Amino acid sequence: MSFRQSQSHNPFGLALRYVVIVTILLVFLFPIYWLFMISFKTPDEIYHAPPLWVPGQFQFSNYLVLFKDGDVIAIWNSLVVAGASSLLAVVFGTFCAYSLARFKTGGDNLAMWIISQRMIPPIAVVFPIFLIYVRFGMVDTHFGLILLYTAFNLPYVIWMMRGYIADIPLELEESALIDGCTRWQMLWKVVFPMARSGLMATAVFTFVFAWNDFIFALVLTRTNVITFPVQLSHYFGGQSNFWSRIAAMSVLGTAPIFVAVCLMQRYMVRGISLGAVKG
Amino acid sequence: MTERTKTPKSKSVWIDGISSFSDRNFKYLMIAPAILILMLVGIFPLIYSLIVSFQNITMTDVDTSFAGALNYKQVFNDARLWQALMHTATITAVALPLELIFGFLLAQLFLDKIPGRQIFVALLVLPTVISPIVAGATWRLMFDVRFGPIAQILSAIAGAPVNIVWTVNPYFVYPAIIICEVWQWTPFMFLLLLAALSNVDQSQLEAAEIDGASYFRVLRQIVLPAIKPVVAVAVLIRGLDLFRIFDVVWALTEGGPGSRTETISLYTYVIGFVQFDVSYTAAVAFLVIALLTIVVTLVIRRMEVSR
Repeated sequence: MSFRQSQSHNPFGLALRYVVIVTILLVFLFPIYWLFMISFKTPDEIYHAPPLWVPGQFQFSNYLVLFKDGDVIAIWNSLVVAGASSLLAVVFGTFCAYSLARFKTGGDNLAMWIISQRMIPPIAVVFPIFLIYVRFGMVDTHFGLILLYTAFNLPYVIWMMRGYIADIPLELEESALIDGCTRWQMLWKVVFPMARSGLMATAVFTFVFAWNDFIFALVLTRTNVITFPVQLSHYFGGQSNFWSRIAAMSVLGTAPIFVAVCLMQRYMVRGISLGAVKG
Repeated sequence: MTERTKTPKSKSVWIDGISSFSDRNFKYLMIAPAILILMLVGIFPLIYSLIVSFQNITMTDVDTSFAGALNYKQVFNDARLWQALMHTATITAVALPLELIFGFLLAQLFLDKIPGRQIFVALLVLPTVISPIVAGATWRLMFDVRFGPIAQILSAIAGAPVNIVWTVNPYFVYPAIIICEVWQWTPFMFLLLLAALSNVDQSQLEAAEIDGASYFRVLRQIVLPAIKPVVAVAVLIRGLDLFRIFDVVWALTEGGPGSRTETISLYTYVIGFVQFDVSYTAAVAFLVIALLTIVVTLVIRRMEVSR
Protein backbone atom coordinates (compact mmCIF):
# COMPACT_ATOMS: atom_id res chain seq x y z
CA MET A 1 0.00 0.00 0.00
CA SER A 2 1.35 3.40 -0.86
CA PHE A 3 0.40 6.96 -0.11
CA ARG A 4 0.25 7.91 -3.76
CA GLN A 5 -3.15 8.64 -5.28
CA SER A 6 -3.07 6.30 -8.25
CA GLN A 7 -5.71 6.26 -10.97
CA SER A 8 -5.04 2.84 -12.50
CA HIS A 9 -5.83 -0.39 -10.71
CA ASN A 10 -5.68 -4.03 -11.51
CA PRO A 11 -9.18 -5.48 -11.42
CA PHE A 12 -8.44 -7.96 -8.65
CA GLY A 13 -6.97 -5.35 -6.32
CA LEU A 14 -9.90 -3.05 -7.02
CA ALA A 15 -12.45 -5.76 -6.25
CA LEU A 16 -10.68 -6.61 -3.03
CA ARG A 17 -10.66 -2.97 -2.05
CA TYR A 18 -14.39 -2.68 -2.66
CA VAL A 19 -15.01 -5.71 -0.49
CA VAL A 20 -13.01 -4.15 2.34
CA ILE A 21 -14.70 -0.76 1.95
CA VAL A 22 -18.20 -2.20 1.89
CA THR A 23 -17.46 -4.32 4.96
CA ILE A 24 -16.23 -1.27 6.86
CA LEU A 25 -19.27 0.72 5.79
CA LEU A 26 -21.56 -2.06 6.99
CA VAL A 27 -19.88 -2.04 10.39
CA PHE A 28 -20.13 1.73 10.75
CA LEU A 29 -23.67 2.04 9.45
CA PHE A 30 -25.11 -0.97 11.23
CA PRO A 31 -25.97 0.87 14.50
CA ILE A 32 -27.81 3.53 12.48
CA TYR A 33 -29.63 0.83 10.54
CA TRP A 34 -30.53 -0.86 13.81
CA LEU A 35 -31.95 2.34 15.26
CA PHE A 36 -34.08 2.98 12.18
CA MET A 37 -35.32 -0.61 12.13
CA ILE A 38 -36.39 -0.52 15.78
CA SER A 39 -38.44 2.56 15.05
CA PHE A 40 -40.48 0.54 12.53
CA LYS A 41 -40.91 -2.57 14.68
CA THR A 42 -43.95 -3.52 16.73
CA PRO A 43 -43.40 -3.97 20.51
CA ASP A 44 -43.45 -7.74 20.03
CA GLU A 45 -40.68 -7.47 17.47
CA ILE A 46 -38.61 -5.07 19.58
CA TYR A 47 -38.74 -7.33 22.64
CA HIS A 48 -38.04 -10.51 20.75
CA ALA A 49 -35.16 -12.76 21.72
CA PRO A 50 -33.12 -13.41 19.68
CA PRO A 51 -33.45 -9.96 18.06
CA LEU A 52 -34.96 -9.69 14.59
CA TRP A 53 -32.76 -7.95 12.04
CA VAL A 54 -35.63 -6.96 9.76
CA PRO A 55 -39.09 -5.93 10.95
CA GLY A 56 -42.00 -8.04 9.65
CA GLN A 57 -43.55 -5.00 8.06
CA PHE A 58 -42.86 -1.31 8.08
CA GLN A 59 -45.39 0.33 10.33
CA PHE A 60 -45.36 3.83 11.70
CA SER A 61 -47.27 3.48 14.95
CA ASN A 62 -44.16 4.36 16.98
CA TYR A 63 -44.10 7.72 15.26
CA LEU A 64 -47.86 8.21 15.47
CA VAL A 65 -47.70 7.73 19.24
CA LEU A 66 -45.17 10.56 19.49
CA PHE A 67 -47.52 12.82 17.55
CA LYS A 68 -50.59 11.73 19.51
CA ASP A 69 -48.96 12.24 22.92
CA GLY A 70 -47.53 15.59 21.88
CA ASP A 71 -43.92 14.48 22.34
CA VAL A 72 -43.01 15.89 18.92
CA ILE A 73 -43.28 19.36 20.42
CA ALA A 74 -39.67 18.64 21.44
CA ILE A 75 -38.66 18.53 17.78
CA TRP A 76 -40.46 21.83 17.22
CA ASN A 77 -38.66 23.39 20.20
CA SER A 78 -35.33 22.19 18.86
CA LEU A 79 -36.19 23.68 15.49
CA VAL A 80 -37.10 27.07 16.95
CA VAL A 81 -34.17 27.27 19.32
CA ALA A 82 -31.53 25.96 16.91
CA GLY A 83 -32.93 27.99 14.01
CA ALA A 84 -33.16 31.31 15.83
CA SER A 85 -29.80 30.94 17.54
CA SER A 86 -27.91 29.99 14.40
CA LEU A 87 -29.45 32.92 12.54
CA LEU A 88 -28.32 35.33 15.26
CA ALA A 89 -24.90 33.73 15.59
CA VAL A 90 -24.29 33.88 11.85
CA VAL A 91 -25.34 37.53 11.53
CA PHE A 92 -23.39 38.87 14.51
CA GLY A 93 -20.53 36.44 14.00
CA THR A 94 -20.02 37.42 10.37
CA PHE A 95 -19.88 41.11 11.23
CA CYS A 96 -17.33 40.41 13.90
CA ALA A 97 -15.36 38.10 11.61
CA TYR A 98 -15.19 40.81 8.96
CA SER A 99 -13.74 43.28 11.40
CA LEU A 100 -11.23 40.70 12.61
CA ALA A 101 -10.24 39.64 9.12
CA ARG A 102 -9.87 43.04 7.50
CA PHE A 103 -8.94 45.40 10.32
CA LYS A 104 -7.33 42.88 12.67
CA THR A 105 -9.43 44.40 15.43
CA GLY A 106 -8.08 43.37 18.81
CA GLY A 107 -5.13 41.62 17.17
CA ASP A 108 -4.42 37.94 17.62
CA ASN A 109 -5.27 38.03 21.30
CA LEU A 110 -8.94 38.73 20.72
CA ALA A 111 -9.18 35.97 18.12
CA MET A 112 -7.48 33.51 20.47
CA TRP A 113 -9.74 34.41 23.33
CA ILE A 114 -12.80 34.01 21.13
CA ILE A 115 -11.86 30.52 19.95
CA SER A 116 -10.86 29.45 23.45
CA GLN A 117 -14.43 30.19 24.56
CA ARG A 118 -15.55 27.46 22.21
CA MET A 119 -13.36 24.84 23.87
CA ILE A 120 -14.58 25.24 27.46
CA PRO A 121 -16.68 22.35 28.80
CA PRO A 122 -20.34 23.41 28.65
CA ILE A 123 -21.03 22.12 32.15
CA ALA A 124 -18.59 24.64 33.67
CA VAL A 125 -20.24 27.52 31.82
CA VAL A 126 -23.81 26.42 32.31
CA PHE A 127 -23.67 26.26 36.08
CA PRO A 128 -23.13 29.99 36.72
CA ILE A 129 -25.47 30.73 33.80
CA PHE A 130 -28.11 28.63 35.49
CA LEU A 131 -27.78 30.60 38.74
CA ILE A 132 -28.14 33.84 36.81
CA TYR A 133 -31.08 32.55 34.77
CA VAL A 134 -32.88 31.46 37.94
CA ARG A 135 -32.55 34.97 39.30
CA PHE A 136 -33.94 36.56 36.13
CA GLY A 137 -36.62 33.96 35.49
CA MET A 138 -35.01 32.83 32.23
CA VAL A 139 -34.92 29.12 32.96
CA ASP A 140 -37.19 27.14 30.66
CA THR A 141 -37.71 29.99 28.20
CA HIS A 142 -36.98 29.99 24.48
CA PHE A 143 -35.13 33.27 24.86
CA GLY A 144 -32.76 31.91 27.48
CA LEU A 145 -31.79 28.91 25.43
CA ILE A 146 -31.49 30.91 22.21
CA LEU A 147 -29.20 33.42 23.90
CA LEU A 148 -26.95 30.69 25.24
CA TYR A 149 -26.74 28.82 21.95
CA THR A 150 -26.01 32.05 20.12
CA ALA A 151 -23.14 32.74 22.49
CA PHE A 152 -21.91 29.17 22.27
CA ASN A 153 -21.90 29.25 18.48
CA LEU A 154 -20.47 32.73 17.99
CA PRO A 155 -16.83 31.68 18.39
CA TYR A 156 -17.35 29.02 15.75
CA VAL A 157 -18.98 31.42 13.29
CA ILE A 158 -16.36 34.10 13.87
CA TRP A 159 -13.48 31.68 13.45
CA MET A 160 -14.95 30.10 10.29
CA MET A 161 -16.07 33.31 8.63
CA ARG A 162 -12.74 34.97 9.34
CA GLY A 163 -11.22 32.32 7.11
CA TYR A 164 -13.87 32.56 4.40
CA ILE A 165 -13.66 36.37 4.29
CA ALA A 166 -9.87 36.26 4.12
CA ASP A 167 -10.31 34.15 0.96
CA ILE A 168 -12.15 36.97 -0.82
CA PRO A 169 -9.85 39.19 -2.90
CA LEU A 170 -9.57 42.57 -1.23
CA GLU A 171 -9.56 44.41 -4.58
CA LEU A 172 -13.33 43.89 -4.88
CA GLU A 173 -14.01 45.75 -1.67
CA GLU A 174 -11.59 48.49 -2.58
CA SER A 175 -13.23 49.10 -5.92
CA ALA A 176 -16.64 49.16 -4.26
CA LEU A 177 -15.37 51.89 -1.96
CA ILE A 178 -13.85 53.82 -4.86
CA ASP A 179 -17.17 53.60 -6.67
CA GLY A 180 -18.74 55.41 -3.75
CA CYS A 181 -20.28 52.62 -1.68
CA THR A 182 -20.42 53.13 2.06
CA ARG A 183 -18.84 50.34 4.04
CA TRP A 184 -22.26 48.92 4.90
CA GLN A 185 -23.23 48.86 1.23
CA MET A 186 -19.91 47.23 0.41
CA LEU A 187 -20.67 44.49 2.95
CA TRP A 188 -24.11 43.93 1.56
CA LYS A 189 -23.23 44.08 -2.13
CA VAL A 190 -19.75 42.54 -2.23
CA VAL A 191 -18.72 40.64 0.88
CA PHE A 192 -21.91 38.73 1.68
CA PRO A 193 -22.52 37.57 -1.92
CA MET A 194 -18.88 36.53 -2.25
CA ALA A 195 -18.92 34.59 1.03
CA ARG A 196 -22.36 33.14 0.42
CA SER A 197 -21.48 29.47 0.18
CA GLY A 198 -19.19 29.61 3.21
CA LEU A 199 -21.92 31.49 5.05
CA MET A 200 -24.48 28.83 4.21
CA ALA A 201 -22.19 26.01 5.28
CA THR A 202 -21.36 27.74 8.54
CA ALA A 203 -25.05 28.37 9.22
CA VAL A 204 -25.83 24.69 8.73
CA PHE A 205 -23.06 23.59 11.07
CA THR A 206 -24.17 26.09 13.68
CA PHE A 207 -27.67 24.72 13.41
CA VAL A 208 -26.41 21.17 13.82
CA PHE A 209 -24.38 22.04 16.93
CA ALA A 210 -27.37 23.68 18.61
CA TRP A 211 -29.68 20.90 17.45
CA ASN A 212 -27.42 18.18 18.85
CA ASP A 213 -26.76 19.83 22.19
CA PHE A 214 -27.92 17.95 25.26
CA ILE A 215 -26.26 19.45 28.31
CA PHE A 216 -27.38 23.10 28.03
CA ALA A 217 -30.96 22.06 27.35
CA LEU A 218 -30.90 19.48 30.13
CA VAL A 219 -29.94 22.11 32.68
CA LEU A 220 -31.93 25.08 31.41
CA THR A 221 -35.27 23.53 30.47
CA ARG A 222 -38.01 22.02 32.59
CA THR A 223 -41.29 21.50 30.72
CA ASN A 224 -41.93 24.30 28.22
CA VAL A 225 -38.83 24.32 26.04
CA ILE A 226 -37.70 20.70 26.19
CA THR A 227 -35.61 19.94 23.12
CA PHE A 228 -35.46 16.56 21.48
CA PRO A 229 -32.26 15.28 23.18
CA VAL A 230 -33.76 16.05 26.59
CA GLN A 231 -37.05 14.42 25.62
CA LEU A 232 -35.02 11.41 24.54
CA SER A 233 -33.26 11.22 27.90
CA HIS A 234 -36.67 11.16 29.62
CA TYR A 235 -37.42 7.82 27.99
CA PHE A 236 -34.57 6.18 29.86
CA GLY A 237 -35.99 5.05 33.15
CA GLY A 238 -34.37 2.16 34.99
CA GLN A 239 -35.37 -1.08 33.31
CA SER A 240 -38.52 0.14 31.60
CA ASN A 241 -37.02 1.89 28.64
CA PHE A 242 -39.51 2.91 26.00
CA TRP A 243 -37.47 1.51 23.16
CA SER A 244 -40.02 2.31 20.50
CA ARG A 245 -40.10 5.96 21.56
CA ILE A 246 -36.33 6.18 21.93
CA ALA A 247 -35.90 4.88 18.39
CA ALA A 248 -38.63 6.94 16.78
CA MET A 249 -37.59 10.16 18.51
CA SER A 250 -33.94 9.51 17.61
CA VAL A 251 -34.83 9.04 13.97
CA LEU A 252 -36.89 12.24 13.93
CA GLY A 253 -33.94 14.05 15.47
CA THR A 254 -31.38 12.52 13.15
CA ALA A 255 -33.00 12.56 9.71
CA PRO A 256 -32.87 16.36 9.27
CA ILE A 257 -29.19 16.33 10.19
CA PHE A 258 -28.43 13.70 7.57
CA VAL A 259 -30.17 15.77 4.91
CA ALA A 260 -28.34 18.94 5.95
CA VAL A 261 -24.97 17.23 5.94
CA CYS A 262 -25.51 15.61 2.55
CA LEU A 263 -26.12 19.08 1.13
CA MET A 264 -22.98 20.38 2.85
CA GLN A 265 -20.64 17.55 1.82
CA ARG A 266 -18.19 19.89 0.13
CA TYR A 267 -17.74 21.93 3.28
CA MET A 268 -17.55 19.07 5.77
CA VAL A 269 -13.79 19.00 6.23
CA ARG A 270 -13.44 22.73 6.66
CA GLY A 271 -16.53 22.88 8.85
CA ILE A 272 -15.60 20.22 11.40
CA SER A 273 -11.93 21.21 11.62
CA LEU A 274 -12.82 24.78 12.66
CA GLY A 275 -11.48 25.98 9.33
CA ALA A 276 -8.00 24.62 9.96
CA VAL A 277 -8.16 22.16 7.07
CA LYS A 278 -9.38 23.47 3.74
CA GLY A 279 -10.14 20.02 2.33
CA MET B 1 -4.91 27.76 12.75
CA THR B 2 -6.07 29.85 9.82
CA GLU B 3 -3.68 31.43 7.39
CA ARG B 4 -2.55 34.98 7.94
CA THR B 5 -5.24 37.43 6.98
CA LYS B 6 -4.63 39.89 4.19
CA THR B 7 -4.30 43.54 5.00
CA PRO B 8 -5.38 46.30 2.65
CA LYS B 9 -2.77 47.31 0.12
CA SER B 10 -3.90 50.74 -0.97
CA LYS B 11 -4.23 52.49 2.37
CA SER B 12 -5.72 55.62 0.83
CA VAL B 13 -9.08 54.16 -0.14
CA TRP B 14 -9.26 51.89 2.82
CA ILE B 15 -8.61 54.47 5.53
CA ASP B 16 -9.30 57.84 3.90
CA GLY B 17 -12.76 57.05 2.59
CA ILE B 18 -14.16 58.05 5.95
CA SER B 19 -17.32 60.09 5.90
CA SER B 20 -19.69 59.39 8.76
CA PHE B 21 -19.58 58.26 12.36
CA SER B 22 -20.67 54.75 11.47
CA ASP B 23 -17.93 54.61 8.85
CA ARG B 24 -15.25 55.83 11.21
CA ASN B 25 -16.12 53.41 13.97
CA PHE B 26 -17.04 50.70 11.53
CA LYS B 27 -14.65 48.08 12.84
CA TYR B 28 -15.81 48.49 16.43
CA LEU B 29 -19.49 48.62 15.58
CA MET B 30 -18.98 45.37 13.72
CA ILE B 31 -17.60 43.42 16.65
CA ALA B 32 -19.74 45.03 19.35
CA PRO B 33 -22.81 42.75 19.34
CA ALA B 34 -20.80 39.55 19.15
CA ILE B 35 -18.37 40.58 21.86
CA LEU B 36 -21.23 41.69 24.12
CA ILE B 37 -22.96 38.33 23.85
CA LEU B 38 -19.66 36.51 24.31
CA MET B 39 -18.85 38.46 27.44
CA LEU B 40 -22.31 37.65 28.75
CA VAL B 41 -21.45 33.97 28.75
CA GLY B 42 -17.65 34.10 28.68
CA ILE B 43 -16.63 36.70 31.24
CA PHE B 44 -19.71 37.13 33.38
CA PRO B 45 -20.03 33.48 34.49
CA LEU B 46 -16.31 33.42 35.18
CA ILE B 47 -16.58 36.39 37.54
CA TYR B 48 -19.83 35.15 39.02
CA SER B 49 -18.36 31.70 39.73
CA LEU B 50 -15.35 33.34 41.30
CA ILE B 51 -17.54 35.36 43.69
CA VAL B 52 -19.83 32.48 44.58
CA SER B 53 -16.87 30.16 45.05
CA PHE B 54 -15.63 32.29 47.95
CA GLN B 55 -18.98 32.04 49.70
CA ASN B 56 -20.47 28.98 51.30
CA ILE B 57 -23.81 28.33 49.64
CA THR B 58 -25.16 24.78 49.87
CA MET B 59 -28.57 23.29 49.24
CA THR B 60 -29.73 23.89 52.81
CA ASP B 61 -27.77 26.98 53.71
CA VAL B 62 -27.55 30.26 51.80
CA ASP B 63 -24.47 31.61 53.52
CA THR B 64 -23.15 34.47 51.41
CA SER B 65 -20.46 35.54 53.87
CA PHE B 66 -16.84 35.38 52.77
CA ALA B 67 -15.58 31.86 53.28
CA GLY B 68 -12.04 32.34 52.06
CA ALA B 69 -10.41 29.55 50.13
CA LEU B 70 -12.59 26.93 51.81
CA ASN B 71 -13.98 25.56 48.55
CA TYR B 72 -10.61 25.56 46.83
CA LYS B 73 -9.13 23.56 49.69
CA GLN B 74 -11.97 21.11 49.28
CA VAL B 75 -11.05 20.65 45.60
CA PHE B 76 -7.75 19.13 46.62
CA ASN B 77 -9.32 16.85 49.21
CA ASP B 78 -12.19 15.68 47.00
CA ALA B 79 -11.27 12.11 46.09
CA ARG B 80 -14.32 11.72 43.87
CA LEU B 81 -13.27 14.73 41.79
CA TRP B 82 -9.82 13.31 41.20
CA GLN B 83 -11.33 9.96 40.33
CA ALA B 84 -13.60 11.67 37.83
CA LEU B 85 -10.53 13.31 36.35
CA MET B 86 -8.87 9.91 36.09
CA HIS B 87 -11.94 8.40 34.41
CA THR B 88 -11.97 11.23 31.89
CA ALA B 89 -8.26 10.82 31.26
CA THR B 90 -8.66 7.06 30.83
CA ILE B 91 -11.38 7.42 28.22
CA THR B 92 -9.35 10.06 26.40
CA ALA B 93 -6.11 8.09 26.54
CA VAL B 94 -7.73 5.02 24.98
CA ALA B 95 -10.28 6.52 22.60
CA LEU B 96 -8.14 9.26 21.07
CA PRO B 97 -5.27 7.07 19.78
CA LEU B 98 -7.75 4.47 18.54
CA GLU B 99 -9.69 7.11 16.61
CA LEU B 100 -6.46 8.48 15.20
CA ILE B 101 -5.11 5.10 14.08
CA PHE B 102 -8.40 3.84 12.64
CA GLY B 103 -8.99 7.19 10.99
CA PHE B 104 -5.55 7.07 9.41
CA LEU B 105 -5.95 3.53 8.10
CA LEU B 106 -9.38 4.35 6.69
CA ALA B 107 -8.09 7.51 5.08
CA GLN B 108 -5.39 5.51 3.35
CA LEU B 109 -7.93 3.00 2.13
CA PHE B 110 -10.08 5.76 0.60
CA LEU B 111 -7.17 7.76 -0.80
CA ASP B 112 -7.35 6.51 -4.38
CA LYS B 113 -10.03 8.11 -6.53
CA ILE B 114 -11.97 4.93 -7.21
CA PRO B 115 -15.52 5.08 -8.62
CA GLY B 116 -18.13 5.72 -5.93
CA ARG B 117 -15.59 7.19 -3.53
CA GLN B 118 -17.64 10.29 -2.78
CA ILE B 119 -20.70 8.29 -1.79
CA PHE B 120 -18.65 5.98 0.43
CA VAL B 121 -17.06 8.94 2.19
CA ALA B 122 -20.44 10.63 2.65
CA LEU B 123 -21.91 7.49 4.18
CA LEU B 124 -18.93 6.86 6.44
CA VAL B 125 -19.21 10.34 7.91
CA LEU B 126 -22.80 9.91 9.11
CA PRO B 127 -22.00 8.70 12.67
CA THR B 128 -20.06 11.89 13.36
CA VAL B 129 -22.99 14.24 12.76
CA ILE B 130 -25.47 12.36 14.91
CA SER B 131 -26.32 13.92 18.25
CA PRO B 132 -24.08 12.26 20.88
CA ILE B 133 -27.11 11.52 23.03
CA VAL B 134 -28.64 9.64 20.09
CA ALA B 135 -25.36 7.79 19.57
CA GLY B 136 -25.38 6.78 23.22
CA ALA B 137 -29.02 5.70 23.03
CA THR B 138 -28.35 3.69 19.89
CA TRP B 139 -25.48 1.80 21.47
CA ARG B 140 -27.51 1.19 24.60
CA LEU B 141 -30.06 -0.57 22.41
CA MET B 142 -27.25 -2.38 20.57
CA PHE B 143 -25.63 -3.59 23.79
CA ASP B 144 -28.84 -4.87 25.39
CA VAL B 145 -28.17 -8.37 26.59
CA ARG B 146 -31.49 -9.88 25.49
CA PHE B 147 -32.80 -7.78 22.63
CA GLY B 148 -29.61 -6.27 21.20
CA PRO B 149 -27.58 -7.58 18.27
CA ILE B 150 -24.16 -7.39 19.95
CA ALA B 151 -24.91 -10.23 22.36
CA GLN B 152 -26.46 -12.19 19.50
CA ILE B 153 -23.41 -11.77 17.25
CA LEU B 154 -20.96 -12.57 20.05
CA SER B 155 -22.96 -15.66 20.96
CA ALA B 156 -22.92 -16.80 17.35
CA ILE B 157 -19.14 -16.36 17.19
CA ALA B 158 -18.52 -18.00 20.57
CA GLY B 159 -20.93 -20.82 19.86
CA ALA B 160 -22.40 -20.41 23.34
CA PRO B 161 -24.63 -17.73 24.90
CA VAL B 162 -22.63 -14.63 25.83
CA ASN B 163 -24.41 -12.68 28.54
CA ILE B 164 -22.43 -9.50 29.05
CA VAL B 165 -24.45 -6.67 30.55
CA TRP B 166 -22.27 -4.04 28.90
CA THR B 167 -23.72 -0.96 30.56
CA VAL B 168 -23.63 -2.36 34.12
CA ASN B 169 -20.80 -4.87 34.33
CA PRO B 170 -17.82 -3.01 35.86
CA TYR B 171 -15.39 -4.66 33.45
CA PHE B 172 -17.35 -3.74 30.36
CA VAL B 173 -18.65 -0.22 31.02
CA TYR B 174 -15.45 1.38 29.76
CA PRO B 175 -15.22 -0.75 26.64
CA ALA B 176 -18.88 0.12 25.98
CA ILE B 177 -18.27 3.86 26.26
CA ILE B 178 -15.08 3.67 24.23
CA ILE B 179 -16.67 1.58 21.47
CA CYS B 180 -19.45 4.14 21.14
CA GLU B 181 -17.00 7.02 21.20
CA VAL B 182 -14.63 5.44 18.67
CA TRP B 183 -17.54 4.52 16.42
CA GLN B 184 -18.83 8.07 16.41
CA TRP B 185 -15.56 9.96 16.03
CA THR B 186 -13.29 7.76 13.91
CA PRO B 187 -15.05 9.19 10.82
CA PHE B 188 -14.12 12.67 12.05
CA MET B 189 -10.43 11.74 12.15
CA PHE B 190 -10.83 9.90 8.87
CA LEU B 191 -12.23 12.93 7.08
CA LEU B 192 -9.51 15.30 8.28
CA LEU B 193 -6.72 12.82 7.60
CA LEU B 194 -8.13 12.05 4.16
CA ALA B 195 -7.91 15.74 3.31
CA ALA B 196 -4.38 15.90 4.72
CA LEU B 197 -3.15 12.81 2.89
CA SER B 198 -4.62 14.05 -0.39
CA ASN B 199 -2.53 17.18 -0.06
CA VAL B 200 0.81 15.42 0.42
CA ASP B 201 3.18 16.38 -2.38
CA GLN B 202 2.70 13.66 -5.02
CA SER B 203 6.05 14.23 -6.74
CA GLN B 204 7.93 13.59 -3.50
CA LEU B 205 6.05 10.34 -3.03
CA GLU B 206 6.77 9.36 -6.61
CA ALA B 207 10.46 10.05 -6.19
CA ALA B 208 10.55 8.02 -2.99
CA GLU B 209 8.78 5.18 -4.76
CA ILE B 210 11.31 5.18 -7.59
CA ASP B 211 14.12 5.12 -5.04
CA GLY B 212 12.49 2.08 -3.51
CA ALA B 213 11.85 3.58 -0.08
CA SER B 214 9.94 1.33 2.28
CA TYR B 215 6.38 2.03 3.48
CA PHE B 216 7.47 3.10 6.94
CA ARG B 217 10.30 5.22 5.65
CA VAL B 218 7.90 7.14 3.38
CA LEU B 219 5.47 7.40 6.26
CA ARG B 220 8.05 8.78 8.65
CA GLN B 221 10.01 11.07 6.38
CA ILE B 222 7.43 12.42 3.95
CA VAL B 223 3.88 11.74 5.03
CA LEU B 224 3.99 12.44 8.77
CA PRO B 225 5.80 15.80 8.51
CA ALA B 226 3.32 16.85 5.83
CA ILE B 227 0.18 15.95 7.76
CA LYS B 228 1.47 17.02 11.18
CA PRO B 229 -0.44 20.34 11.35
CA VAL B 230 -3.73 18.61 10.54
CA VAL B 231 -3.09 15.85 13.06
CA ALA B 232 -2.36 18.52 15.68
CA VAL B 233 -5.66 20.28 15.01
CA ALA B 234 -7.62 17.04 14.97
CA VAL B 235 -6.06 15.85 18.22
CA LEU B 236 -6.67 19.22 19.86
CA ILE B 237 -10.34 19.33 18.87
CA ARG B 238 -11.01 15.72 19.82
CA GLY B 239 -8.93 15.91 22.99
CA LEU B 240 -10.95 18.85 24.27
CA ASP B 241 -14.20 17.16 23.23
CA LEU B 242 -13.22 14.05 25.15
CA PHE B 243 -12.28 16.10 28.19
CA ARG B 244 -15.88 17.30 28.43
CA ILE B 245 -17.51 13.98 27.52
CA PHE B 246 -21.01 13.86 28.98
CA ASP B 247 -23.86 12.84 26.66
CA VAL B 248 -22.61 9.39 25.70
CA VAL B 249 -21.79 8.41 29.27
CA TRP B 250 -25.13 9.77 30.42
CA ALA B 251 -27.00 7.70 27.87
CA LEU B 252 -25.00 4.51 28.37
CA THR B 253 -24.20 4.25 32.08
CA GLU B 254 -25.28 7.49 33.79
CA GLY B 255 -21.86 7.41 35.43
CA GLY B 256 -22.48 3.99 36.94
CA PRO B 257 -22.16 1.44 38.25
CA GLY B 258 -21.79 3.55 41.39
CA SER B 259 -19.53 6.34 40.18
CA ARG B 260 -17.23 4.08 38.22
CA THR B 261 -17.63 5.90 34.90
CA GLU B 262 -18.27 9.36 36.31
CA THR B 263 -16.41 11.90 34.17
CA ILE B 264 -15.51 15.46 35.09
CA SER B 265 -18.61 16.84 33.39
CA LEU B 266 -20.89 14.27 35.00
CA TYR B 267 -19.43 14.89 38.44
CA THR B 268 -19.84 18.65 38.04
CA TYR B 269 -23.45 18.03 37.03
CA VAL B 270 -24.03 15.89 40.12
CA ILE B 271 -22.55 18.32 42.64
CA GLY B 272 -24.23 21.29 40.93
CA PHE B 273 -27.66 20.04 40.01
CA VAL B 274 -28.27 17.00 42.19
CA GLN B 275 -26.50 17.86 45.45
CA PHE B 276 -26.84 21.59 44.71
CA ASP B 277 -23.55 22.32 46.41
CA VAL B 278 -23.50 25.79 44.85
CA SER B 279 -20.31 27.38 46.06
CA TYR B 280 -18.21 24.27 45.67
CA THR B 281 -19.50 23.71 42.13
CA ALA B 282 -18.69 27.33 41.35
CA ALA B 283 -15.13 26.74 42.51
CA VAL B 284 -14.79 23.66 40.28
CA ALA B 285 -16.37 25.50 37.35
CA PHE B 286 -14.06 28.46 37.81
CA LEU B 287 -10.96 26.27 37.88
CA VAL B 288 -12.04 24.40 34.77
CA ILE B 289 -12.89 27.55 32.79
CA ALA B 290 -9.71 29.37 33.79
CA LEU B 291 -7.47 26.37 33.19
CA LEU B 292 -8.91 25.54 29.77
CA THR B 293 -8.90 29.14 28.56
CA ILE B 294 -5.19 29.36 29.33
CA VAL B 295 -4.29 25.95 27.92
CA VAL B 296 -6.27 26.43 24.73
CA THR B 297 -4.95 29.90 24.09
CA LEU B 298 -1.36 28.72 24.57
CA VAL B 299 -1.78 25.62 22.41
CA ILE B 300 -3.47 27.45 19.55
CA ARG B 301 -0.88 30.20 19.64
CA ARG B 302 1.92 27.62 19.42
CA MET B 303 0.19 25.93 16.52
CA GLU B 304 -0.21 29.25 14.75
CA VAL B 305 3.44 30.12 15.30
CA SER B 306 4.71 26.74 14.15
CA ARG B 307 3.11 27.14 10.72
